[in-house]
This record gives sequence, C-alpha cells and structure tokens, in this order.
Amino acid sequence: MLSSKIFSELLSSKGFNFYSGVPCSLLSGLIRILDDDPQTPYYPAVREDAAVGLCAGAYLAGKLPVLLMQNSGLGYCLNAFTSLNLIYKIPVLVVMSWRGEDGKDAPEHIIMGEINQQLLQTAGMEYSVISADNYEESLDKALQKIKEGLPYTLLVGKGFFDEGH
Amino acid sequence: MKGTEAFEEIIPLLTDEPVIHANGFICRESFNLKDREGNFYMIGSMGLASSIGLGVAVSRPDQKTIIIDGDGNVLMSMGTLAMIAAAAPRNLLHIVIDNEVYESTGRQGTLSSSVALDDVAKSVGYTHTKRVTEKEQIKSAYQELIGKEGPSLLLIKVEPSFDKATGRVHHTPEEITSRFMKALG
Repeated sequence: MLSSKIFSELLSSKGFNFYSGVPCSLLSGLIRILDDDPQTPYYPAVREDAAVGLCAGAYLAGKLPVLLMQNSGLGYCLNAFTSLNLIYKIPVLVVMSWRGEDGKDAPEHIIMGEINQQLLQTAGMEYSVISADNYEESLDKALQKIKEGLPYTLLVGKGFFDEGH
Repeated sequence: MKGTEAFEEIIPLLTDEPVIHANGFICRESFNLKDREGNFYMIGSMGLASSIGLGVAVSRPDQKTIIIDGDGNVLMSMGTLAMIAAAAPRNLLHIVIDNEVYESTGRQGTLSSSVALDDVAKSVGYTHTKRVTEKEQIKSAYQELIGKEGPSLLLIKVEPSFDKATGRVHHTPEEITSRFMKALG
C-alpha cells in the first residue's frame, strides 16, 4: 500500500498544482491530504465532466491539473475527453479508481469495472494500471504525454492507496 | 432584441479579458463579429464553458474573466453554477445569452422560458445578478457588474435569430488553445 502523502508529494514535486474531482473511497486519503494543504488547492466538482472542464480552464491559465475520480464517472467524461481535451491538446492527469476490478465489488461497479480499459482505449485515452512497482515510471510516462498536450490516466485498484475514512 | 445585437453591444466593451464561449451560435456569432486571441471558442463539450471559465478565473485571480454562455449550456450543467458560487471567484462575470431554444440545432425549446436562470444563480450564491431585455440596457448592466466583486451573472433575454449562413470558427482547436494561452500570458 502506498502512502497518499508520499503520492501527493510526488505529484507536487512533478509540478502538478491544481486538483479537482469527485470522491471515491479508494482515493479518500489522497483527497483529504490535498484538501488539507493550501499548497494543493482541491476544487470539489459536482460531476466528473465538470471537473474535466475546470481542469481544462486551469491548464489554459498555466496550471498543471490533476482530476481525481471513480471509474463510474468515465461515461460522463467521454464527450469532454474527445471533444475538448484530445482535439484542443489540453492535457490533464486523471487518477481514476478502478471499482469492480476482477468482477469483485458491489453490483453497480461490475460492468464498468470490466469495460473501463476498453472504453479508454476506444476513446484514444492513454493510461497505465499502476502498482507499487510501476507508479513512478507510470507518472513519468504520464508527464511525457502531458508535455505532448495529451491527457493521461492512472488507473488505481483497491488497496493501492491508504484510505482516509 | 436579436442575439446578434447582444453581441454587438458586448464586444466593444471587452478589453483584455479572456472570454470563454459556449458552443453553437455563441461561438459562431462572436467569431464572425470580431475574432480575438483571448477568445476561447468551445466548439464541442456542451455544458462546460462555465467550468472552463471557472478554472481560468480561479487560476488568475487578478484577471477579470468572462464566460459567454447559452441557456441550453447552463441548463445542462446547472451544478456548475453551484461550483462557481462555492469557489466564489471575485473576478468572474458569467454572461448568459438566453434565447430559450437550442438555436443551432433547429430551435427546439430549452426550459428557460419557465426557469429563471438569474434566480437560480442568485439562489446558489452568485454575488450579483442582473437581467436585461433591451439592448440599450446591456452596456450599463455590463459596466456595473464588471466593476463589482463577483461571481456575477448577466442574463440577456434575446429572440432566436441565428442565421444559418453564419460561418463556423475557422481556427483549429489546437490553434484556439495556443492563441488563447498566449493572449492570457
């Protein structure tokens, strides 16, 4: 399990300085740390696509944004990713929790848990499934894509971060 | 008043403000009347002009920021009004050109003939809201709101009047991004 504190410090050290999203219990520790620290402004969004818009505006104004969300919000974001981020070359780092991984979760998460990678691939959204072994390397890859103007998703399974509730 | 007339009143009042435009006739009318590098033309992602504008405003608190939105866009993302009110950027003016229809898709009705969007903004916590129905009122309403601490909302009620012959935005989305970021500095 990775400490949310260490991950948030890693994000800051890489230059990320704007955060928005819709909570997931898997990301609760990370959101709490970001929310508590004035150096890492976190703007709660009402829905995931509104967070995509907010992060896009922040990027246009010179920030390096991170969007935190559960995979259940992916459907809401597909139009924004495809008709805003991808065509305007507006990057964002998406930290997306993977509910329903391996078919083990509450019923509402099972289908999205099975198809979220296919949806990302179909939409042309590059991503990595992060683990204790590859998260630093995955973040470096994300940064490279962000420099090219592309959004990049880190898909995070249950138990990767310490939870804050 | 016609939608075009509302733009004809607003555009001369703009100075160096970044202006985020909602998709549809909002982008096209504004582009055709006067293109500006500081205009962000959101050609897709309906409903997100307000959240993009909020992202710009909170990231540049010393820069007056303007959103030119439409009633269909606002209704699609009504929750974003709450985000704007909660974040409370003093430098944000949210203009809504309200023609009560989805104009560019054939004038299907939105809900704003029976839902007062200025009242919604006031209820969620915008600091100032104003509604105008005559083009002669736009200049003074704009100047009053731009001089106050926001977030403020200016609702301009117009008739559907979009001419289909009005061209689309010529710039590519990538060009829109780079010129807007350059203009914002």
